[in-house]
Amino acid sequence: MMAAAARFLIRGANPKLSISGGGTLLKLSPSCSSRTKTQRRHAAHFTYHPDPVPTQYGPTTKMNLFQSVTSALDNTLASDPTAVIFGEDVAFGGVFRCTVGLRDKYGKDRVFNTPLCEQGIVGFGIGVAVAGATAIAEIQFADYIYPAFDQIVNEAAKYRYRSGNLFDCGNLTIRAPWGCVGHGSLYHSQSPEAFFAHCPGIKVVIPRGPVQAKGLLLSCIADQNPCIFFEPKILYRAAVEQVPVESYTIPLSQAEVLQEGSDITMVAWGTQIHVMREVANMAQEKLGVSCEVIDLQTILPWDVETICKSVVKTGRLLISHEAPITGGFAAEISSTVQEECFLNLEAPISRVCGYDTPFPHIFEPFYIPDKWKCFEAIKKMINY
Amino acid sequence: MNNMYRVCFHAARQAAGLKASRLLQHRAFRASAMHRQQPFDSSLEKPQFPGASAEFVDQLEFIQPNVISGIPVYRVMDRQGNIINPSQDPELSKETVLNFYQKMTLLNTMDRILYESQRQGRISFYMTNYGEEGTHIGSAAALDPSDLVFGQYREAGVLMYRGFPLDLFMAQCYANADDLGKGRQMPVHYGSKDLNFVTISSPLATQIPQAVGSAYAIKRENANRAVICYFGEGAASEGDAHAGFNFSATLECPLIFFCRNNGYAISTPTNEQYRGDGIAARGPGYGMMSIRVDGNDVFAVYNATKEARRRAVAENQPFLIEAMTYRIGHHSTSDDSSAYRSVDEVNYWDKQDHPISRLRHYMTARNWWSEDDERSWRKQSRKMVMEVFERAERRLKPNPELLFTDVYQEMTPNLNKQRESLWRHVQQYKEHYPVDLYDK
Repeated sequence: MMAAAARFLIRGANPKLSISGGGTLLKLSPSCSSRTKTQRRHAAHFTYHPDPVPTQYGPTTKMNLFQSVTSALDNTLASDPTAVIFGEDVAFGGVFRCTVGLRDKYGKDRVFNTPLCEQGIVGFGIGVAVAGATAIAEIQFADYIYPAFDQIVNEAAKYRYRSGNLFDCGNLTIRAPWGCVGHGSLYHSQSPEAFFAHCPGIKVVIPRGPVQAKGLLLSCIADQNPCIFFEPKILYRAAVEQVPVESYTIPLSQAEVLQEGSDITMVAWGTQIHVMREVANMAQEKLGVSCEVIDLQTILPWDVETICKSVVKTGRLLISHEAPITGGFAAEISSTVQEECFLNLEAPISRVCGYDTPFPHIFEPFYIPDKWKCFEAIKKMINY
Repeated sequence: MNNMYRVCFHAARQAAGLKASRLLQHRAFRASAMHRQQPFDSSLEKPQFPGASAEFVDQLEFIQPNVISGIPVYRVMDRQGNIINPSQDPELSKETVLNFYQKMTLLNTMDRILYESQRQGRISFYMTNYGEEGTHIGSAAALDPSDLVFGQYREAGVLMYRGFPLDLFMAQCYANADDLGKGRQMPVHYGSKDLNFVTISSPLATQIPQAVGSAYAIKRENANRAVICYFGEGAASEGDAHAGFNFSATLECPLIFFCRNNGYAISTPTNEQYRGDGIAARGPGYGMMSIRVDGNDVFAVYNATKEARRRAVAENQPFLIEAMTYRIGHHSTSDDSSAYRSVDEVNYWDKQDHPISRLRHYMTARNWWSEDDERSWRKQSRKMVMEVFERAERRLKPNPELLFTDVYQEMTPNLNKQRESLWRHVQQYKEHYPVDLYDK
């Protein structure tokens, strides 16, 4: 696909890589400030809140999100001799560096490049899993997962059901970088989880940081159902935590209450969790409103109970995601909560999401459901 | 975009410290050294592009599309069942050949009865295998029973050859309580874990890249197994076919692609399906061994599959077999092929060039099969099929609980909730639901 452009973007963001000759070509006139206007686009729309250091899984080490993914894959390759990892450019370490060192450590028959073809990658992965081996497929960007839509929706999701449990591809995990990145434009920014949420038979999981990413990814790999694991690519380097070195799992289909509160429930996943945490602080400071922040973590099958229990307590619900609002997963949560908690609601459920447009390049600061939009939604709900 | 790609590719090379970039530097050094020593001779230049090994030419000439054309059709028997070249005779025992014949004709009998039953409204749908029996039995016989089969939907003979009982064929078509697939799919979507036959799914060609993945996993097990993947010439137009061919070649998988080129994809004839010389001609483009065989010659199919299977496992590489045949039946019970092809055309294949009659000629010439044998076998096979057919029809449908299981390995809270809600509803409105037809 058109990943070449993104590779450029990603590499451009890595100060360790110099592009030969580039330094002398770009000469700025004296009137051009070294702090150019376009640099501002790199300013993140959130402040990363690291998780506390986990104590229950043994020794930890400092890792960013892509390193915690590598660590999970490393644990899997070490413990499961059938496990194979494949996709576009994974052999040399992947365009996001998630598979660095794994080919050299485990061999080129276990960590390998495939031809550039997403439907092939997923179809191949299904076949590996059907034969009983563990398949970990990488789609280079979630935006490029659509050629594999048929293999995921019609094949992976239905394999067990249609064969009466004779055959399944539960050993398949599909990883894909996901979500906005500040400069990714239409095709390096998408959050396609809602497309897959309409598909019984698969699980869809999105972590908020390195510790969660490793535990949830290892759960996806161990889970006996095909899983899609979306990795917030803006966090690959930005999110750094103390991550356990050994293997551990975090249960799927369980939301996590990150901050307890009494006035409003805020539900999100992935990067948006960090926006929500900041908004919760703003709401407390500026409005005296107590927010309960919940990370849904698994989009499908999702944890209805935790969300509804919280809404029964707070009476208000704000859901926020980057994907377009119409038909987004917030709509599903909203509908279910309305059915389950109708009499507990003090205000209409509020969704703060992306607009119903493609992901717009230079307009990203206006498009994303940032803290000010979420803050405003809280004000409205409290004053309803 | 091009520039960007080059720049970042270069960066990637640097980052990874690949040997390739050193090699390129070395070549550059050599070229410039040569330049200094003697007058420049352009004929000595060789292309260095990483993407192809080739020579330079100085004439503008496009490659003709027919550079591969008229790939010959390998056969062992002529249409009268005579062995053409004795060196190609697989010299199968009488017992084996009779088994081939009985499986081909039993398949034919089952097709007739199930086709009729659909016409009478007893089952919802059916697809016959008429005319393609040779491709099924010849290929199935050449495989090891442990080899994994990925079928499309018109390969019932492969499953029959492996020993799938008539009862289970019928149970699947009737979606009754004995169906291994738990009544979830339309007729002809068979599958058997015990017989290494992956359950059929309706979407075309999706099985092709999957077969490659399984072959890769099997190769890593080092268990002397292969994978065979069946599909039609129509399915070969799907993107998944391209994906599967390319992946299998680059990832070196012990796999046999078996294309049944039966002339039609529903109504679309081959000349509207592709240009170029059929499916076999695509093999070289993928760097894959390929052959075209007469699919109505069960021995030719057998020989080609057997050798492809042997070499696929020994050499870890894919093979493409294009078996030329003819779909004598309609595409399915939802199709009437008289709308797009002539009765004469169909009659030719049915009467003059049928895989079953060709094998029968072969058997008759050896006095292995008489008119009496034929009559009594036809009668016996019909009786066998009718008995299981009647049993299957009487059997209850599967327990409706099975509507909700196997979506996930485990029952999820929302599915439990939906299941309970369905039961409450059905209790309340019993008279509107066919509960008595289902197992409890």
